[in-house]
Amino acid sequence: MKKNLLKNNAVQSLIASLICIVLGLFLGYIVLLFINPSGAGGAILAVIKNFLNSTRANLRMKNFGNTLVKTAPLLMCSLSVLFAYKVGLFNIGAAGQYVAGSCACLIAALGWGWGWLPCLLFACVVGAVYGAVVGLLKAYCNVNEVISGIMLNWIGLYTTNMILASVKESTSNYTLHVANEAPQAILPSLGLGKLFNNNQYITLAIPLSILLAIAIMIVLDKTKFGYELKATGGNKNAAKYAGMAEKRNIILTLMIAGALAALGGAFLYQTDYEQWSVTQSSVPGMGFNGIAAAFLGGLNPIGTIFASYFIQHITNGGAYVDLTKYSSQISDLISSIIIYLCGFVLFIKYAINTGIARREEKQARKVQAEAAETEKGGDA
Amino acid sequence: MLLLIQYTLIFSSVLLLVALGGCFSEHSGVINLGLEGIMVIGALGGALMMRFVPLTVSPFVMVVLVILGAVVLGVAYSTLLGVACINLKADQTIVGTAMNMLGTAAATVFVKAINTAANPDDVSSTIQYAEAKKAFLVNIGGFEFNWFMLIAVIALAIAYVTLYKTKFGLRLMACGEHPQAADSVGINVYKMRWAGVLISGVYGGLGGICYILAGVSEWRFENGVAGFGFLALAVMIFGQWKPTRIALAALLFGLFRALSNVYFGFDFLVSLNIPGSIYNMMPYVISLLVLAFTSKNSRAPKAEGIPYDKGQR
Repeated sequence: MKKNLLKNNAVQSLIASLICIVLGLFLGYIVLLFINPSGAGGAILAVIKNFLNSTRANLRMKNFGNTLVKTAPLLMCSLSVLFAYKVGLFNIGAAGQYVAGSCACLIAALGWGWGWLPCLLFACVVGAVYGAVVGLLKAYCNVNEVISGIMLNWIGLYTTNMILASVKESTSNYTLHVANEAPQAILPSLGLGKLFNNNQYITLAIPLSILLAIAIMIVLDKTKFGYELKATGGNKNAAKYAGMAEKRNIILTLMIAGALAALGGAFLYQTDYEQWSVTQSSVPGMGFNGIAAAFLGGLNPIGTIFASYFIQHITNGGAYVDLTKYSSQISDLISSIIIYLCGFVLFIKYAINTGIARREEKQARKVQAEAAETEKGGDA
Repeated sequence: MLLLIQYTLIFSSVLLLVALGGCFSEHSGVINLGLEGIMVIGALGGALMMRFVPLTVSPFVMVVLVILGAVVLGVAYSTLLGVACINLKADQTIVGTAMNMLGTAAATVFVKAINTAANPDDVSSTIQYAEAKKAFLVNIGGFEFNWFMLIAVIALAIAYVTLYKTKFGLRLMACGEHPQAADSVGINVYKMRWAGVLISGVYGGLGGICYILAGVSEWRFENGVAGFGFLALAVMIFGQWKPTRIALAALLFGLFRALSNVYFGFDFLVSLNIPGSIYNMMPYVISLLVLAFTSKNSRAPKAEGIPYDKGQR
């Protein structure tokens, strides 16, 4: 008998994610209808089209590049969430680890004049330490990682504002331009910018983030360490019984997750695409969007690459919305609806499986009935 | 000093209300990480009332309408958690997180739309309510009494009596400890969990409107509620899921939150020359420390976070 394609787990994940996206866009559309019926369709289209909204081809390429520039840090954040989730930990602290990484690379670049590689590594280390705090609290004090993560997000934000105040422009609340003040810390572009109409923000960060996604997949699927981590996530007590150091695994996982998210921060700020505002009063959304991308990607590193791009695509698309009717935050709205729907992925898979089972049962019954029919016919 | 007491009381009221909301939901067996989102939406409901109800109504009517707006939207929003976590057995952590993001995003989009509709040049997400807010305040010799301080105390009494002295409360708690056992004696676990979630919507919505009325007279919805929902969860854990202990914990956390608003009023604190950011992060640091010391022997409801499946015995 032909194997049912729908039974394949990866296919099911893909279908579930697509359902989430379509439903999310549709629900977003309905919300827009409520706010202002006249422009709802146009606004959703603008969000979906993103850089395709630009009329000139070279501008389109440049804006496509800009979307990619912000996809790299988002991908790192979602890998951080994904990696921790495989071990059964919900790393909502990715947002804070991302902030810690941004802080570390900016102070190292602007304050201490370090080169790009040391800055990157320093961000990694700081992020790992920041993640380790959550891990230690979880492993030894049984503190829920979601709550400690949120607390650390805010602590990180205020600390960063305080530290980076020493390298801010004298006339504004933004940190100095890395490209002007510390060009040695800008990530090498490898000539990639030429592909995107000389977009100077395109750097090593983009290919590196994709390589890291692949590396994460290999670690999780092909190594003993990854297997142990997943086993700890599946059943902590069983893992302990089998002789795995479950406490060490929890801490190590969050250190790696922290380093990944922190790299995300470095990937953005070491391109000088954005400057940090030291009066910022809310935690940057990058870490939270990472949660969206991780779940939308079906918790698969490769799926996450595409999901990160999609989330960033619609986030950038929000800028093209007719601002006299809606605000650019409608893309945040849509991505949060998508995360909400991602909570139902298991339910969708369950529905698909029961649907298949029911159909197969029906078919089996039909075959039986036919067999009985032919038997009768043979008598005559 | 009076100012410190005033701020401590109002922030404690917020934390108390929201933590009690979390307490109801968790006792019924559902972890409510979406409290932050519920607060934002509740605050939105109240703020909309304050913006659109004419100021000519009597202060009492205003107070009632604002509270009603917050509660109705808070409850309506909490159904998102109920449907997902009770009926469809979704992952409670993901759904709660999504609700927090959705709350801020939806409130921002709505408020911006309203502002832009009223004045095309206004693209802010701020609602001002300096006049309407006065309905909530009573000035007693320099001390600004806010009706929410009283409401919080009443809410505490109601929560205590409901949880420990009524059939409903005891049944609710049974569903969070051992839902199968509760079901076997004829308690409808799904209904009880729904009740817990909806009550947390009431309390969360109240806490939300109380928060934006504390100290400021306009609110930028883009900022959400700055992790207050999670601080409330920390208060709840520190209070070991018991209403009276939660009240004490809320006072402690409220004090530290209040300090960040009024530290410049104390000469000795100013002379220490500590940057304002330190005071801002104080409540979060304290809650981390407190959690580190109290989570080890937590008395969390045993079945919280596990979707109830009738077929699983």
